[in-house]
Amino acid sequence: MLEIKDAQRLAELRRKHGREAQADPAAPVEERPDVRRRQPRFCGLESGHRACQGCGEALGARLVTETAGPDVMIANATGCLEVFSTPWPESAWRVPWIHSLFENAAAVASGMEAAMKSQGKRTKVIAQGGDGGTFDIGFQALSGMLERYHNVLYVCYDNEAYMNTGIQRSGSTPHAASTTTSPSGSERMGKRHLKKNLLAIIAAHHVPYAASASVAYPVDIRRKVRRAMDVEGPTFLLIHSPCPLGWGHDGAKSIEIARLAVQTGLFPLVEFERGEVVSVMPIREPKPVAEYLKNQNRFRHLFNDSDPRALEEREHLQALADYNIDIYGLRGDGPDVMDTDGVDTVRRGGPVQVM
Amino acid sequence: MLEALEGSQAIARAVTLCRPGVVAAYPITPQTHIVENISKLVADGRLNTELVSVESEFSAASVVLGAAVAGSRAYTASSSQGIMLMAEVLYNISGLRVPMVMTCANRAVGAPLNIWNDQQDSMAVRDSGWIQLYAADNQEAVDSTIQAYRISEATELPVMVCMDGFVLTHTLEPVDIPDAAVVDEYLPDYTFSRTLDSANPISLGTLVGPDHFSEIRHSHHQAMIRSQDAIIDADKEWAKRVERSCGGLLTVEGPPDAKVAILAIGSAVGTLREAMDVYPQRRKVKLIKLRCFRPFPHEALREACDGLSDLVVLERAFSPGAGGIIGSEVRASLVARGGRQPKVHSFAIGLGGRDIPLETLPRVMEAIKEPSDEDFAIFDVELDRLPAEDR
Repeated sequence: MLEIKDAQRLAELRRKHGREAQADPAAPVEERPDVRRRQPRFCGLESGHRACQGCGEALGARLVTETAGPDVMIANATGCLEVFSTPWPESAWRVPWIHSLFENAAAVASGMEAAMKSQGKRTKVIAQGGDGGTFDIGFQALSGMLERYHNVLYVCYDNEAYMNTGIQRSGSTPHAASTTTSPSGSERMGKRHLKKNLLAIIAAHHVPYAASASVAYPVDIRRKVRRAMDVEGPTFLLIHSPCPLGWGHDGAKSIEIARLAVQTGLFPLVEFERGEVVSVMPIREPKPVAEYLKNQNRFRHLFNDSDPRALEEREHLQALADYNIDIYGLRGDGPDVMDTDGVDTVRRGGPVQVM
Repeated sequence: MLEALEGSQAIARAVTLCRPGVVAAYPITPQTHIVENISKLVADGRLNTELVSVESEFSAASVVLGAAVAGSRAYTASSSQGIMLMAEVLYNISGLRVPMVMTCANRAVGAPLNIWNDQQDSMAVRDSGWIQLYAADNQEAVDSTIQAYRISEATELPVMVCMDGFVLTHTLEPVDIPDAAVVDEYLPDYTFSRTLDSANPISLGTLVGPDHFSEIRHSHHQAMIRSQDAIIDADKEWAKRVERSCGGLLTVEGPPDAKVAILAIGSAVGTLREAMDVYPQRRKVKLIKLRCFRPFPHEALREACDGLSDLVVLERAFSPGAGGIIGSEVRASLVARGGRQPKVHSFAIGLGGRDIPLETLPRVMEAIKEPSDEDFAIFDVELDRLPAEDR
């Protein structure tokens, strides 16, 4: 029930915008159902699947399919996402979906898109895989798909190791992270190599749109998916997706940890168009990298104070984050509603306030 | 109307008649001319298809898989190393029971690197669950390609049409390219029962555990066995329209009362056929042309071998350390029948492009006269060129 003065104000506004005025401003205004709340939300990945608690990939896939809507078809690479969503005879997908192999999601999607073109249909094709299927084994097929300019959105859920086979290092595993094939020990401090800068490689294909996103920022994911869906051509989304099992953190902390990856500069959120950076999510106040590392078992060996290598590697990772902040210009010019602290603030009407 | 066409050119024309929605391929000798001819037909507006020039054979097979499940008739072609690179996808396509046709321009598999013809490539993927048809000449390759789509779409099993690289792909022969109207009537529009469609979403390629896997594999096996009827039917129906046959699963040529038979596959059949005229044999000889190697036509083979005393199997591939591939399967099939069986002489011949001359026939007939306890031999190997320890 609106207050009478609000009802009068509403009537004035309606007149101003040429809408039919209420006969009597004092008469009670009919209460309207909240359209957005009543709208059944499309769910591409249904609940009931078998992902672990706090799985970033499941969350990412839900956000992507929810935003992309029902008129899509998906080619899925082998990996956790495929395994937890489709134990035969069950499936959690409400969109047409095929899993073929580990390394061919981009090529299968290319074929699906060619078929759509051949049949004159406009159903958007989405390919998705983890970092193993994207950075490493499926990289060639992905590069071919981008070069041939297929109208496909490729989404990589990046949890920074081969999680489905039990946490082995991938080309995406960050430097110094401990995995089962890059364990820390007396001779090693986890992975010796750097995380591959896949997004830059994708951008070098001169694709219309390529962006990184994080499950810590769902609004940002939705916006980027919508943008990619609108493009007629190859687009790419790299979504940072924590894996509580593989990273060794509490499943309840997935979002917090994912947010820290962005706030420290270790996982910059950037958008490329035709190979050029067109937008970044500014970091309001860069957090020290140690804050991100300390809650994850994969970096535990970096906090052994009796080991001089630990500090060295921590400094190395800090330098990598600083480098990202520097080259992408991630440091904002003061508080911004679109920065790492403002972008996902829930606002319930009223003027926008920068906290 | 007969036209003088190179084998590859004829295949490109046959594929055009089948109206594929999507063609994906990666060039490899000796399949290249097929892809080139298809590309030219597309460029000239004579073939209306989405041609996807991929970055590898692995992607070629993956693209046609994606296209076929999304509702388009699909075609690809490859050879040798390309077939090897595709192998993982080939198993996947057949396991998903997706209809499609590919041409295998048969070539040796390296090392040693060799671009010439044998059939080691298609034999290496014989267990992939694809139907395999072998063409004896270019007309058969054309007819089998058209038939293959009908078989594949009726059975939901992919079909590989194998034709000898160079011997067929690069050879000009008079070939009849049927009228488009005949093919359109013979080959209905592409349908696939599990097409991906956003109006009716389904999930394909899900994870299947031990509690269902054997049953699904059994279904695949049964479908392959049952596909023999579809293969015979497709050939019969085609013969009604063009008045020539590819010979169903296998054909027997020569005197019915012959006690000796030579079984061969692919273009070697043509050579042996001619050799029969050039080198008439004192002992009567039959020729068994095995067209369908997968599914293996046990019944038809046993029938063809009834009453034989000697059966020579000539093939362009073998399994190192074991022996002949077709030879072993023929032996096993005949033994399983029980009763009186012919002695099976298993030979590999014409490996890596080595010519199979007409004189092969008299040489083989001579060789099987001598008693031998060898299970298998490479017939045309020149042992004196090898160091003693390798002979």
